[in-house]
Amino acid sequence: MQTQTFPDDDLDPRDRGGQAQPLLIVEGLRKFFRVKTQDGKAAAVKAVDDISFTVFKGETLGVVGESGCGKSTLARLLMHLIQPDNGTLIFDGEAVDSPDGITIDTLRRQVQMVFQDSYSSLNPRMPVRDSVAFGPLVHGKKQAEARAVAKDMLMKVGLNPELFGPRYPHELSGGQKQRVNIARALAISPRMVILDEAVSALDKSVEAQVLNLLRQLKRSFNLTYLFISHDLNVVQYISDRVLVMYLGRVVELGPVEEIFSRPKHPYTRALLGSRSSMDPARRLEEPPITGDPPSPIDPPSGCRFRTRCRYVETVCEAVMPELGAWRDRESHVTACHMQDPGSGHSLADVVGRA
Amino acid sequence: MDGSIMPTRPLLEIEDLTVRFVTREATVHAVNGVSLQVKAGEVLCILGESGSGKSVTLRALMRLLPAGRTRIDGRISLDGRDVLSMDRKGLQAMRGGLVSMIFQEPMTALDPVYTVGEQIVETVRQHRGGSKAEARARALELFELVKIPSPERRLDAYPHELSGGLRQRAMIAMALSCGPRLLLADEPTTALDATVQIQVLILLRRLQTEMGMGTIFVTHDLGVASEIADRIAVMYAGRIVEEGPVADILANPKHPYTQGLMASTVHGQDRGTDIAAIPGSPPDLRRLPSGCSFRPRCSVSLAACRDTVPQPVFPAANRMVRCLRAAAELGEVA
Repeated sequence: MQTQTFPDDDLDPRDRGGQAQPLLIVEGLRKFFRVKTQDGKAAAVKAVDDISFTVFKGETLGVVGESGCGKSTLARLLMHLIQPDNGTLIFDGEAVDSPDGITIDTLRRQVQMVFQDSYSSLNPRMPVRDSVAFGPLVHGKKQAEARAVAKDMLMKVGLNPELFGPRYPHELSGGQKQRVNIARALAISPRMVILDEAVSALDKSVEAQVLNLLRQLKRSFNLTYLFISHDLNVVQYISDRVLVMYLGRVVELGPVEEIFSRPKHPYTRALLGSRSSMDPARRLEEPPITGDPPSPIDPPSGCRFRTRCRYVETVCEAVMPELGAWRDRESHVTACHMQDPGSGHSLADVVGRA
Repeated sequence: MDGSIMPTRPLLEIEDLTVRFVTREATVHAVNGVSLQVKAGEVLCILGESGSGKSVTLRALMRLLPAGRTRIDGRISLDGRDVLSMDRKGLQAMRGGLVSMIFQEPMTALDPVYTVGEQIVETVRQHRGGSKAEARARALELFELVKIPSPERRLDAYPHELSGGLRQRAMIAMALSCGPRLLLADEPTTALDATVQIQVLILLRRLQTEMGMGTIFVTHDLGVASEIADRIAVMYAGRIVEEGPVADILANPKHPYTQGLMASTVHGQDRGTDIAAIPGSPPDLRRLPSGCSFRPRCSVSLAACRDTVPQPVFPAANRMVRCLRAAAELGEVA
C-alpha cells in the first residue's frame, strides 16, 4: 500500500499528465506583505515578486538565496499556507484552486513540507508515532492502518519504531527529530516534498546522514524535491537544477553543473565566490561583494541587485531585467541586462555573446 | 605541549580544565580535561559540533558560567593572572579590557534599549575613564575601523535598526574598544549570509593581525576554520581530540573523528554517490561512554578503546592527537 516502490521505468499510477508534463508549473507568483515603516508610512515587503519556474517529475530543484530573499515565503505559497496575491500553480497539468482544476486540499495531499526547526514542527505532547500517524488518519485511514503506516515510515527513515515510536520529541536528538518529520511528510505518500532548510540546523556529521537518507527515499518513493537552502555546497550536491533568488526575484535558473561552472548573474558569481576553498594556502583576500542585501521593504527599482553590483549602469536602474525562457528543462537563463544583447548595457554585447 | 622552546610565555594557558554542570537529576560532563595555549597574535580555531564543549570552554575562560551549578577545575592563566581565583573586581577589569568576546547572535548580545554608540561609550569609559566626548570619538574611530558605512549616523542607531552584518560589525567594534589582548569569538559568522560572512571573516582576520591579538575562534564549519585559523583544535565530547596547524590538519587528519568530519563535509562531493557520513550521534554528556568517547561511532576502534581514555600523542612537530590507534601506529605504548 503506502510503501510500494517504483523502479525507474515504471509509470507512477498517480501520474496524470504523463512523464513530459512538469509536476509543478509556477507562473507569475507574487506576494507582498503590507507593513508600516517607522515613520508610519505604508510600505510593502516584496517577498515574492513575479516568480515563474517549473519543477519536473523526479527531479530535485534547489532554491538558493540569502535571508530575506523570499525563499521560505515561496515554499509557503506553493503549499497555499499563505495566499498569493497573484499567480497560478499547475500541478501535474491541473490548475490549483480553480473550478476546473484541483482543490487546495488535493494539492496538500500530494505536496508535503519539512521545516528547518525539527522541534517546533512536532507536537511536543504527542509521541512521535502518533505525529506520523496523524496525516493518514486525517486523510481517511482507519486507526490501525494509520498506525501501521507510521511504524513502516519510521522504519524507512532509519528509526526503530518499537524504540523511538513511543518517545516524545524532547527525547530525540535533532537528527532523529528531523527523521520523524521526514517520516510524517512521507506518511500520506506525497509526490513532491518541499524541504525548507531541512538540514541546516543539523550538525555536519548528522547532516550528511540525513542527505543520504533523502536521496535514498527519493528513489524508493519516486519523489520530486524542492530543496531550499542557503548552503551552496549542499545544493550543489543534491540538486539537478538550481534556482537563485535575490530579494523576491529569480536571478538565475538552470542545470546544476551549468550554474556552478558557468554562473551568469553577478550575484550568483558573488555567492559562489564567497565560498571557502577549504585550503588555507588559498584564502580569500577580498570579499566578492560588499554590504548586506538591502531590505525587501521597498527594494531598489529596476534590477534588485544593482545597489551591490559592480557592473551597474543606468539601464539597470530604469528597467527590470527579465528571466527569459524559464519553461525548458535544459535552459540556463538569467535576469541580467549584461546577458541581453538588446538591453542597452555597454557590456551586453561582450558578455551576451560569449 | 609540543616540547619546543617558546621564546615568551603564551598569552593564555589552560591546563586540564574540567567543567561539570550539577543538577539534582544528573551531572553534565561538558568539558573533560582541556589543555590549550594561545600565543599573542595567533588564531586558534576550536572546531566541534553542538555539545562538544567548545562554547563552554570559552565561557569558563570568561567566568560567565552560573557559579552555583557549575564545578570548574583546572588552571586558566591569562597574561600571568589566575582567572579561576579572580574576585569580582578582577573579573570586571578582565572582561572587556584584557579579554573580549563576540557572539553568534549580535541581536541578543547587544542591549536593545540603548543605541550601539551609547553601549560602546559605556564600555570605553568603564575601562579607560575619560569624558563622554572622548569615548564617543573613540567609538567613531572604531566604527571606521570595522568599515561601517556612514559611521556617525550608525552610532545613534539602535541594534534593531541595523542589518545583520552591520550589527556584527558593531559588536566587533565594541569588543575591540579597549584593545583586548585576547579575543574570544563564538561562531560570530554563523548567523550571517554567505556574502556577508566572508566580509566579516576577512575583516576579523585583518584586525586581528593589525592589533596582534591572540584569538580563539569557535566554529563548527571547516570552511570558516580554513579561512581564519593558524591552528585548529578539534573537540569531541568535551575533549580536544586533535590539534595542529590548520594546513596539516586539513591535509592529513589523524583522528578518526576529524577524518569523518572531513569526509562528511559536503564540498565538491560527487553527486549521485552517498556521502561518507559518521554513523550515530554525539554521546549524551550525562552518561559519557567509558574509554574513548568516540568509540561508539568509530569504524576503526580497538578492543582497548573501551577501557582506556586515550592520552595525547605527538605524531609530528606541533601535532597532537588522542587516539589509541594513532598511538599504536607511532609505536607508543597505549
